[in-house]
Amino acid sequence: MTQVAESEAKRWVGGGVLRKEDPELLTGQGRYVDDIALPGMLWLAFVRSPVARADIASIDTAAAKELPGVRAVFTGQELAEEWAAAMPCAWPIADRTMPDEPSADARIPDHWPVAKDRVNFMGEIVAVVVADSREQAADAIEAVEVDYDELPVVTDMMEAITGSAPVIHDSLGTNKAYTWLLTNGDVDKVFAEAPVVVKERYYHPRLIPNAIEPRGVVVQPIPAQGEYTIWSATQIPHILKVLLALTLNISEGKVRVVAPDVGGGFGSKLNVYAEECVALAVARRLGVPVKWTEERSEGYLATIHGRDVIQDMEVAATEEGKTLGFRVKLYADFGAYMQLVTPGIPILGAWLYHGVYEGLAYSFEANGVFTNKTPTDAYRGAGRPEATYAVERVMDALARRVGKDPAEIREMNFIPPFDEAREVLCGLSFDSGNYHATLEKAKQLVGYDRLRSEQQANDGRRNGKLLGVGISTYIEMCGLAPSQILAAVKYGAGGWEAATIRCHPTGKVTVITGTSPHGQGHETTWSQITADALGVDPDDVDVLHGDTAVSALGMDSYGSRSASVGAEALYQAAEKIRAKARTIAAHELEVAEEDLEWKDGKFQVTGAPDRAKTIPEVAFSAWTAHALPAEVEPGLEATAVFDPPNFTFPSGAHICVVEVDPETGSTRIDKYVAVDDCGTVINPMIVDGQVMGGVAQGISEALYEEALYDENGTLLTGNMSTYRVPSAAELPGFTLDRESTPSTTNHLGIKGIGEAGTIASPPAVLNAVADALRYVGVEFIDLPASAERVWRAVQEAAGRAPAERVAEGGGTGAASMTPEEEGGTA
Amino acid sequence: MRRIALTVNGVRREAEVEPRLLLVYFLRESLGLTGTNVGCDTSSCGACTVLMDGKSVKSCTVLAVQADGAEITTIEGLASDGQLHPLQEAFRKHHGLQCGYCTPGMIMAGLGLIESGAGMGDEEVRLGLEGNLCRCTGYQNIVEAIQDAAGQMRQATPAGAQGGSE
Repeated sequence: MTQVAESEAKRWVGGGVLRKEDPELLTGQGRYVDDIALPGMLWLAFVRSPVARADIASIDTAAAKELPGVRAVFTGQELAEEWAAAMPCAWPIADRTMPDEPSADARIPDHWPVAKDRVNFMGEIVAVVVADSREQAADAIEAVEVDYDELPVVTDMMEAITGSAPVIHDSLGTNKAYTWLLTNGDVDKVFAEAPVVVKERYYHPRLIPNAIEPRGVVVQPIPAQGEYTIWSATQIPHILKVLLALTLNISEGKVRVVAPDVGGGFGSKLNVYAEECVALAVARRLGVPVKWTEERSEGYLATIHGRDVIQDMEVAATEEGKTLGFRVKLYADFGAYMQLVTPGIPILGAWLYHGVYEGLAYSFEANGVFTNKTPTDAYRGAGRPEATYAVERVMDALARRVGKDPAEIREMNFIPPFDEAREVLCGLSFDSGNYHATLEKAKQLVGYDRLRSEQQANDGRRNGKLLGVGISTYIEMCGLAPSQILAAVKYGAGGWEAATIRCHPTGKVTVITGTSPHGQGHETTWSQITADALGVDPDDVDVLHGDTAVSALGMDSYGSRSASVGAEALYQAAEKIRAKARTIAAHELEVAEEDLEWKDGKFQVTGAPDRAKTIPEVAFSAWTAHALPAEVEPGLEATAVFDPPNFTFPSGAHICVVEVDPETGSTRIDKYVAVDDCGTVINPMIVDGQVMGGVAQGISEALYEEALYDENGTLLTGNMSTYRVPSAAELPGFTLDRESTPSTTNHLGIKGIGEAGTIASPPAVLNAVADALRYVGVEFIDLPASAERVWRAVQEAAGRAPAERVAEGGGTGAASMTPEEEGGTA
Repeated sequence: MRRIALTVNGVRREAEVEPRLLLVYFLRESLGLTGTNVGCDTSSCGACTVLMDGKSVKSCTVLAVQADGAEITTIEGLASDGQLHPLQEAFRKHHGLQCGYCTPGMIMAGLGLIESGAGMGDEEVRLGLEGNLCRCTGYQNIVEAIQDAAGQMRQATPAGAQGGSE
């Protein structure tokens, strides 16, 4: 393995080790689900509802069945007996309007893989065609005749919860999924007495995740045994196995799920999807292998969306801007059904609406709402980007209100540096952090003071453009998750992770992890950790993942959990290996165990370093078992399952510098600086890659992306040419740096980095755009700050404000603005 | 059905194909060259990019019959004798890939760009990659990998350096 940093040759963790995954992916030898072809395999294609809400009056499949190559067509009624249960929602959040009050049952509508009699969003499956080829299946869905009796549609989440809106799910009697409250301190009193209260309303648009690999599934049945192997483009093979077994009533031991190479996920493959259930059901019904590959435009309807949240955010403060309280009331558009963790997404942000700031009172209220749209669920950051956006935007609004610089308002309110877990305003304990250090470093890197001087000197102009600087000092809650906390918030599973280390007599080591990477490079980083822990070379470590037949225990990859939970499990498995190896080594060296020290990657006799045993040597002894100490079993293998005692809380400071063209509304990012604290870094190259990719996604969210529906529930941004996924041409380069306060949640000190960039960047960009637009009198701008939206805001401000107002603006914290809440809640 | 004959990665191939068959499915399903991926249905993502007579094309936008007589290079045709192509090496060194799904198309687009003699400044490379989407990397490492490889390749074959900026 190539080690970039020569000086760290003996310590692999922290080194820029090149990725083990790359050679196959660079040569076209990656094996994704769509690359799989099995003998006798049939293709599936889905008939999907073209309308957002309707009763299915009739389905005529006769013509489709006559087409060449078509083997079968099944409707929802015809597949109904396949399901032991409706599709699973693992996070059934119920009303909780008083803190700690036992709640009623969650309102979860039945969601069948194929609609039985009613459809509730455009794209919902109404029938499946099975044919010899991809093309024949695609042709045949056109021949299935469905009569829809259209029903009134609900597309606006605020209208959905007024009395006049039609109720989407009759059985629930309401479109409100829940109201869920969390408070700390005397919120009403703090807000009533605070000299300054700033309130803004933010809308976080609906987003389409766009992993570049579309979803897909292949199922191979062994009918005589009732066994099934399922290859799926999924982040969660282990969870999928359990839930498919339950949904289709198959003995779990007869279900094997394989996540082969998976082409990105970002949460969109963190689900149990209708197509996976149907593929398994059809394979069972017909007894032959089946395959489905999602088309991109199909995926825009069928794969979960993200965000779509309205947030009323308030901060209470002193005249000087010292924060006293944070209060948010949010409305989340869940779409038509609860997917796997839909209800939990806002709750993942529940503890983060005070950010990295101090205060006396805290209130979080989430309202989940059903509409006739594609369900929303986890999209990179899941709940935490929304929280971070609201907090970091409102802090800028507070800065403007009290006439302070955005950096200063943050610095005066930061939780002071700490390296032991400490309780914070929301009631959780943050693991460690130094928010001053990351902001200071980011300010230095971007030349913050110089930029502010430039703005002041030139009335916010630079080459005819408006210069804006935006800060985001974010915090996220990662390392999902302590199982007891999950229990308290009604999550239906644990948050532990497992790892097995098998030391072979040949000196090679196999690591089996329950995490399921899809681009994150676990094969490389897990090898680095194992190499350090066992004194072997990373090239002698093979990391296996993503196959439930190989990795029995696992909770998979999402929520920036893999390193902070999964790598810690690996570390603990290595500790077990070393403990057993120490016993064997001491026996062979004829010394007491206490006389051995682990040094330079081997057990050495204290004071006689020439007398030593390596792990490979012990592994061979343990395998031959010729002379093991009494009561020591042959073999050198260990499994550890780690249930984290707390979350981890990565943090950092991102600063974005923009130039906004007031004539066209377009925004160019001049510089983007990210200083992140993810605790211990296993592989800086991979960490930087995660940050850059995350920031790119966040910038895209900030400037470009928005899924739009019309009033009939038709997705207007229905394909990749109408929903803008930016290319290299639209995105900037990044300047990255780090601080490290090791996490106190795990031995390795890891906090996680998978979502940080996406969480941090949208408010940095929007604060920068808003900062620039102050100079032309724009009081408020929200996501996405597209050229059109910015242009309209500039025009509106110009029409409303006289020209001289533009001249008198300028300077950071210009106090001439109208109170922020008017701009926000209008 | 139409009969076509073309050269793929240096090997002559002949086949009977349906007129509607896209080049990408011919490569993937008829020839088993699954390195070329499909990421969209609107010719937006570029995951299916291959070289056709030395120019990068989106193989989802080319019919197999249009490739009759052409010379096609896919990602499988770059490494030789177990040695990665300099552009593949550069992608690895610069961490220009994460999930790897866009990577074959991105590499072929990058190769087409380098071989076209285009300038290798940041803006030029970024504009040159406009037709290829990556959701993992944020592009910076991809841009650096292409610049790095271009430097090496053009040094190795000065004839290919025309028009390139340093």
